[in-house]
Amino acid sequence: MSNITRDQFDVLVVGGGPAGLAAATCAAECGRHVGVVDDNPALGGQIWRGEVGKAASEAVDWYARLRAAGANVLCGARVFHQPEPEVLLAEAPDGPLELKYKKLILATGARERFLPFPGWTLPNVMGAGGLQALVKSGLPIAGKRVVVAGSGPLLLAVAAYLRQHGAEIPIICEQASWGSLVGFSLALLRQPQKVRQGFALRKQLAGISFAASSWPVSARGERAVEEVVISQSGKNKTVPCDYLACGFHLVPNSELAALLGCRLRDDLVQVDDYQQTSVAGIFCAGEPTGIGGLELSLVEGRIAGLAAGGSAPAAKPLFAEREKLRKFARVLDRTFSLRAELRGLPLPETIVCRCEDVTCSRLAQHTSWRAAKLQTRCGMGPCQARVCGPATGFLFGWAQDSIRPPIFPTRFENLITFSPEAERSEITGGRG
Amino acid sequence: MPEPITVTVNGTSLAVPGGATVAVAIVLAGAACRKSVTGETRGPLCGMGICYECRAVINGQLHCRSCQIICQPGMEVRTDE
Amino acid sequence: MSGLTYDVVVVGAGIVGAACAEECARQGLRVAIIDRDVIGGGATAAGMGHIVVMDDSEAQFALTRYSQQLWQQLRQELPADVEYEPCGTIWVATDEEEMAEVRRKQNYYAQRGVPTEVLDPQTLERLEPNLRKGMAGGLLVPEDVVLYPPCAARFLIERAQGAGAKLHLGSSVSQIGNGLVRLADGTEFSAAAIINAAGAWASALNPGVNVKKRKGHLAITDRYPGFIRHQLVELGYLKSAHSTSADSVAFNVQPRKTGQILVGSSRQYGAEHGEVDTGVLTRMLQRAQEYMPRLAELSTIRVWTGFRAATPDKLPLIGPCLGDPALFLATGHEGLGITTSLATARLLVDQIAGRNPAIPIEPYLPSRVPAEHAYA
Ligand SMILES: Cc1cc2nc3c(=O)[nH]c(=O)nc-3n(C[C@H](O)[C@H](O)[C@H](O)COP(=O)(O)OP(=O)(O)OC[C@H]3O[C@@H](n4cnc5c(N)ncnc54)[C@H](O)[C@@H]3O)c2cc1C
Ligand SMILES: Cc1cc2nc3c(=O)[nH]c(=O)nc-3n(C[C@H](O)[C@H](O)[C@H](O)COP(=O)(O)OP(=O)(O)OC[C@H]3O[C@@H](n4cnc5c(N)ncnc54)[C@H](O)[C@@H]3O)c2cc1C
Ligand code: FES
Repeated sequence: MSNITRDQFDVLVVGGGPAGLAAATCAAECGRHVGVVDDNPALGGQIWRGEVGKAASEAVDWYARLRAAGANVLCGARVFHQPEPEVLLAEAPDGPLELKYKKLILATGARERFLPFPGWTLPNVMGAGGLQALVKSGLPIAGKRVVVAGSGPLLLAVAAYLRQHGAEIPIICEQASWGSLVGFSLALLRQPQKVRQGFALRKQLAGISFAASSWPVSARGERAVEEVVISQSGKNKTVPCDYLACGFHLVPNSELAALLGCRLRDDLVQVDDYQQTSVAGIFCAGEPTGIGGLELSLVEGRIAGLAAGGSAPAAKPLFAEREKLRKFARVLDRTFSLRAELRGLPLPETIVCRCEDVTCSRLAQHTSWRAAKLQTRCGMGPCQARVCGPATGFLFGWAQDSIRPPIFPTRFENLITFSPEAERSEITGGRG
Repeated sequence: MPEPITVTVNGTSLAVPGGATVAVAIVLAGAACRKSVTGETRGPLCGMGICYECRAVINGQLHCRSCQIICQPGMEVRTDE
Repeated sequence: MSGLTYDVVVVGAGIVGAACAEECARQGLRVAIIDRDVIGGGATAAGMGHIVVMDDSEAQFALTRYSQQLWQQLRQELPADVEYEPCGTIWVATDEEEMAEVRRKQNYYAQRGVPTEVLDPQTLERLEPNLRKGMAGGLLVPEDVVLYPPCAARFLIERAQGAGAKLHLGSSVSQIGNGLVRLADGTEFSAAAIINAAGAWASALNPGVNVKKRKGHLAITDRYPGFIRHQLVELGYLKSAHSTSADSVAFNVQPRKTGQILVGSSRQYGAEHGEVDTGVLTRMLQRAQEYMPRLAELSTIRVWTGFRAATPDKLPLIGPCLGDPALFLATGHEGLGITTSLATARLLVDQIAGRNPAIPIEPYLPSRVPAEHAYA
């Protein structure tokens, strides 16, 4: 059996993206013994995922501060279970970690929302952030044609990034209408940092065609995607490509919060002024409390870090900035809410649950998530409905049932490394 | 740029940029990651450890999330599950 | 309200209620099935789906064997998603004491026409190479089967619907008896016969009924086709007291048609909540890993719990309720309700329709449970 490593922290932070970095740094600067655990090979989360060999530049200040404050960094470790209050278990390459904490900060970020359409399971059809992550992890993209599609500000960031790395972007398809995008631009004008980012983006994207009210209707190809049919202003057109990078805005990673019993509403973790959840001593910062972007994640992380670190009063001056950014988050929500037509994208034979290959027509026979899951195996695969859950939520209006450990698949032996002292009674046998 | 390293994907040696993930090596090798339950070939989707489409056999171990594992020299990757 | 008058109203759309509804509908009775949740969402969604012949008592053997044969007869009609897999069971013996039990069991089954095969250590190792080395042997029971219970329940309900039965999901029953079934929303159904097939919740509807919740845990892995080929169960319970109150765990692993491995099992009394109990889970998985060390490295996707409906003498309650001859019980199946659902339905409808049962029904009649038990 692989060895278990035990560690104990005043403040433990799950997630090493911007929110987690800010939280861990601020808590450590309060003089607490802090640990940050993240499942990626390096810190940075999605936006600051280090490019191969060098740390992304905007993040460098935070790394330096984090190091100076003396926080412990545990990368490549994925939290999968809370066997008893104030203990988390994580899976790491060299064996499981048992992490005790006094205060916990959840900064588990967000993932892309994927919607099924014919051909979306072909190789080289990826998430927009998904392809970007692969390129950041070493995939050469120079000279490749990438159609970027779906919804949300991420599409522009990804297109700019890919182009910078030599990709050709025939088109960006945004499902939201020009009308809602204009509202979004007006809101951007009230955010100086965002205006600067916006101008920079426009320069990077100059000359790329951008279509609003546009979305992929199907992806086609023999062994991998070769072309994508897009709907643009009510007409279909075929665009040849090497990759389709497609994601429909973001959904929060709130599974860990749910496992710990934190109150959620519409999948968002509910927090008080100090980012504390409904469970005392457990805080949450960044995307799980609402999809709001980098600056909001940072300020929420700082507030959570200060509060968990015992310097709550120092967090108060940050409330105003957070409020301003939350307004922007609400605009984001409105702008990129999904149009009803997208529910018609999957054909009856289109696979919706990719782990178990469950088609749309099989799901359509059921009236609830639980019935569909029990009868078709939808959501029973290793992604544990992280992909098909949000999709069926949109397609059929289904809410998912309760969360159970492990929240990520883990090695069998990792589930038995923890045994509460009190439970050491005789083992007796019987049939199942 | 760190030195490229060599791994094996389905028996064929391949140089990948140092620090690249196994998912990148698989895409570079022109392979798909896995066969789905009904036999479709699949490649990475999310790039961040969520979707499990990038599962591959790494050094004999089944069901590894290749997008969150960095290539090590001499690693043996199989995608014909 | 003539539209809500039925010959039979079945409360509970688990595997037992589904089987009863199907059997009634096939007899031409007008049937309604009511469940507060979805089809097969109770213990039926949690159970392992091992269709197994058992010999704890003569009555348990008769019921499990009869029911297993009914499943075999149904086999050709089962849709693919029921995942019927005739993989057989191997009872695994770790030492000579357990081998003696293997031979006793073989003898018992042989006398009653159940084919079995005693496995020596080499044969066992060849059949199941992932078991720990050095086992004493085992008993192969080739006619045991594995299936996927929620789809089996749906299949039975669809057959009942095909014969005219009406299904009401999402309605909680608040009261039954005297020919009336009342829902929480006030709707009433009248019926010549009411079947309480509410599983571990049956006593909430009939307070005198002596079924207790017995919680179980299961874990499932990702797909590893061929890792095991039979349902593998320990004989270790010989060494522990045959307790009906203490918590227990046992090595019990099952190959799913998907290639996944379902790992059990545990038994707990007094637990009312469905949360995973880390202490029990840990012991259960440790036990499994002792028998099968290579389980350690398998990717494990999910853990869940379910409630068995346990009776004091480990036999189900099939028949009229004390004091209300029109109210029938079909519950108390503990860890065997998937197996014995079809026989339960036959024996119950035999009583409702006045047919001759294929096996003696006395051991399962609710009236057998002593009054002090029933009203304790
Ligand atoms: C795929 C993707 C790409 C994006 N790209 C851009 C971009 O290019 N530009 C831009 O402006 N914004 C981008 N965003 C948005 C940006 O990530 C957010 O606005 C914000 O920075 C999120 O910060 P965060 O700290 O809340 O979450 P994240 O940055 O998502 O960090 C959360 C971290 O927690 C880890 N984690 C989650 N659960 C566990 C667990 N159980 N155990 C261990 N670790 C865990 C995650 O792997 C991740 O590293 C992207 C978002 C996504 C989802
Ligand atoms: C861990 C575990 C492993 C098992 N393994 C096996 C095995 O390998 N083989 C085997 O044969 N058996 C096994 N069993 C036992 C088997 O699962 C049960 O005996 C069987 O599912 C019981 O079926 P049921 O229809 O009686 O109950 P349930 O499936 O629980 O159905 C009862 C139904 O009644 C409904 N209900 C309850 N109260 C009300 C109300 N007031 N109003 C409306 N509806 C109501 C519920 O929603 C539920 O759907 C196992 C059980 C467990 C827990
Ligand atoms: S690509 Fe989704 S988990 Fe690796």
